[in-house]
Amino acid sequence: MGLSMSLLLPLTFLLPLAGTLILSLSKGRLGERASAVVGVTSMGLSAIVTVLIAWQYIAEPHVYGVTLWRWISVEDFQPSIGLVLDGLSLTMLGIITGVGFLIHLFAAWYMQGEKGITRFYAYMNLFVFSMLLLVLGDNLLLLFFGWEGVGLCSYLLIGYYYEHSENGWAAFKAFVVTRIGDVFLAIGMFLLFFELGTLDIAEILRRAPQMWAEGDPTVELAALLMLGGAVGKSAQLPLHTWLADAMAGPTPVSALIHAATMVTAGVYLIARMNGIFLLAPDILELAGIIGALTLLMAGFAALAQTDIKRVLAYSTMSQIGYMFLALGAGAFDAAVFHLMTHAFFKALLFLSAGAVIISCHHEQDMRRLGGLWKRLPLAYAGFIVGGSALAALPLVSAGFYSKDEILWQELVTDHGGLLIAGMIGAFLTSLYTVRLIILTFHGQPKSDNARNAEAGRGLVHAVPLIVLALLSTFLGAWITPPLENVLPAPAEGEEFWHLVLEIVAAGVAIAGIAVGAWLYLRRRGWLAKHTSSGWGAWLWTFWHHAWGIDELYDRVLVKPYRGLVRILRSDIIDGACGLLAKLAWLLHQGLSRTQTGKLRFYAMSMVAGATLILLALALVP
Amino acid sequence: MSGVPMEHGLVLAAILFALGLAGLMFRRNMVFILMSLEIMLNSAGLAFIVGGTAWGQPEGQAMFLLVITLAAAEASVGLALLLQLNHRFKTLDTDAASRMRG
Repeated sequence: MGLSMSLLLPLTFLLPLAGTLILSLSKGRLGERASAVVGVTSMGLSAIVTVLIAWQYIAEPHVYGVTLWRWISVEDFQPSIGLVLDGLSLTMLGIITGVGFLIHLFAAWYMQGEKGITRFYAYMNLFVFSMLLLVLGDNLLLLFFGWEGVGLCSYLLIGYYYEHSENGWAAFKAFVVTRIGDVFLAIGMFLLFFELGTLDIAEILRRAPQMWAEGDPTVELAALLMLGGAVGKSAQLPLHTWLADAMAGPTPVSALIHAATMVTAGVYLIARMNGIFLLAPDILELAGIIGALTLLMAGFAALAQTDIKRVLAYSTMSQIGYMFLALGAGAFDAAVFHLMTHAFFKALLFLSAGAVIISCHHEQDMRRLGGLWKRLPLAYAGFIVGGSALAALPLVSAGFYSKDEILWQELVTDHGGLLIAGMIGAFLTSLYTVRLIILTFHGQPKSDNARNAEAGRGLVHAVPLIVLALLSTFLGAWITPPLENVLPAPAEGEEFWHLVLEIVAAGVAIAGIAVGAWLYLRRRGWLAKHTSSGWGAWLWTFWHHAWGIDELYDRVLVKPYRGLVRILRSDIIDGACGLLAKLAWLLHQGLSRTQTGKLRFYAMSMVAGATLILLALALVP
Repeated sequence: MSGVPMEHGLVLAAILFALGLAGLMFRRNMVFILMSLEIMLNSAGLAFIVGGTAWGQPEGQAMFLLVITLAAAEASVGLALLLQLNHRFKTLDTDAASRMRG
């Protein structure tokens, strides 16, 4: 059977790393085309290797472990650079390299004519490298390494257009906010190591049930800290504020990092550490509640956005909220399944949005778009397919199957509140999806940029959209992640109620679409009147600013901190430290004066010094 | 070996050393500075010879050979510097080359 796993598995991430190295060591000597070729080829090869791995895994499905070398060796602490391939990491591997390759390819079209393509692809490849280490690592340390690596690449790529300072601030915000979560994760890791004496994930999951009873405070604390990390990375309440601003980056970056892969790392983490979370049912419950709150908050916020990418950003938060909802019910496999379909359709939506943005000369305000469906048929088709998957249109879309599985698990495990939140969220999702499509593609063009839209040409533009569109239909839902042996089995229930739930969920989705279409096609004037006066206007502004949470953080955290900094700027201790520096400066001034540059002066000072030493030797007995 | 007492030789060496030192300190012309250095080296060599002779030891002469070698090396480096000084500044005044100062 072909090549061995120990060669293939490292190749998946070494190829993107090689791409990064080639691009970054070229020092800008590579042109736009050559950079794109290097960046896309390394990803393509990585995707091919993944196909080989999947083939081998399907032929002989068991857990493959590869230890590359030992990282550090300090008594009992011996973390290795080890990789593990099971159903869960294979699923993630497929998403990252497959969707990643398509997005890299699309970026070659999207980024043409931009400055610094080499830099763009170097960061993108580095991101894929880190993300693959995150999902393939067999211990928490390697996972954390990848976790920080993706955070760094996210920072670099959000701030890609660094000429505008607000982009830099958006990158800064994303970095700082996710760092808060990362600190939680790190402390959780320390706690697990302290208690269990190992960082190996399989070993942790094996030892944890022997060490702790269900609901033990220590394991609850560890799970809570891990959840904190997941919440930061996956943009859930209360650490979600960075994701909407992260849209400052190029659209392929939003598609790859802020929709398909990195933001779902939190879901992956919880699914991977499921044994710990099952021992801490309260924390798992908390994850579900966080998911429910986030999906409602983000759903309402998405209704009131005007920027096409910000709508998608809030919808990403709300879809990840669904995944957390599933995690809360202990339905890890449903969460991972939704993670996969979400990666397909959200990448499709983002790439289609990218196609619209470039075609309309960098116009992303929906109030200035409209009537584009005839001019941009491919992007329109992408939005229709992706939007129907997002709104979970029954039977034909991938999103229906995964979202239905989540809702079903909520029902079976008796999570009534979460189920209702999920239903309301589904209605909101349909509503804002319809609004997004109608405002962008229907009606009259509202600006010259929209009137003069030029459709993208070429295979590089079309192939990723078409492939992702196919994956976003029921075809994508046929891909069943091989999770049986990795994650706990899903709960079972009566088939009759499943059917009832499916019909209700389908009804909710269709109702949302119908209401949305009615409101935005027939009652536009009525809507406009009510959102510009009185309560409607207030609500609109409130949701437009995503429930004012940014403002709240600014008042509660940022401003007091700045005040504190201003007070501390002139403190005494700092002055004392400054005194030392001043002393050193004076000494420096005095000594540098002796360097006159005159040879005779040097000779004389040497003679004087020698005389002094001789005198001292003569006088001191 | 008799005749010149050791003290005389040492006094001569001290006088030569002081002369050389004075030249080194007060001369501006680099040729004379180099010459003063040679004098100082040779006075040190003389002191070795005198000491070696007085105590009948061969090390004094061995040290003198080392001093001569050192002087030759010093002269070659010094003359090279001298040529460069003349080449760049069109003068032999060492005070002209004082750009490296604090």
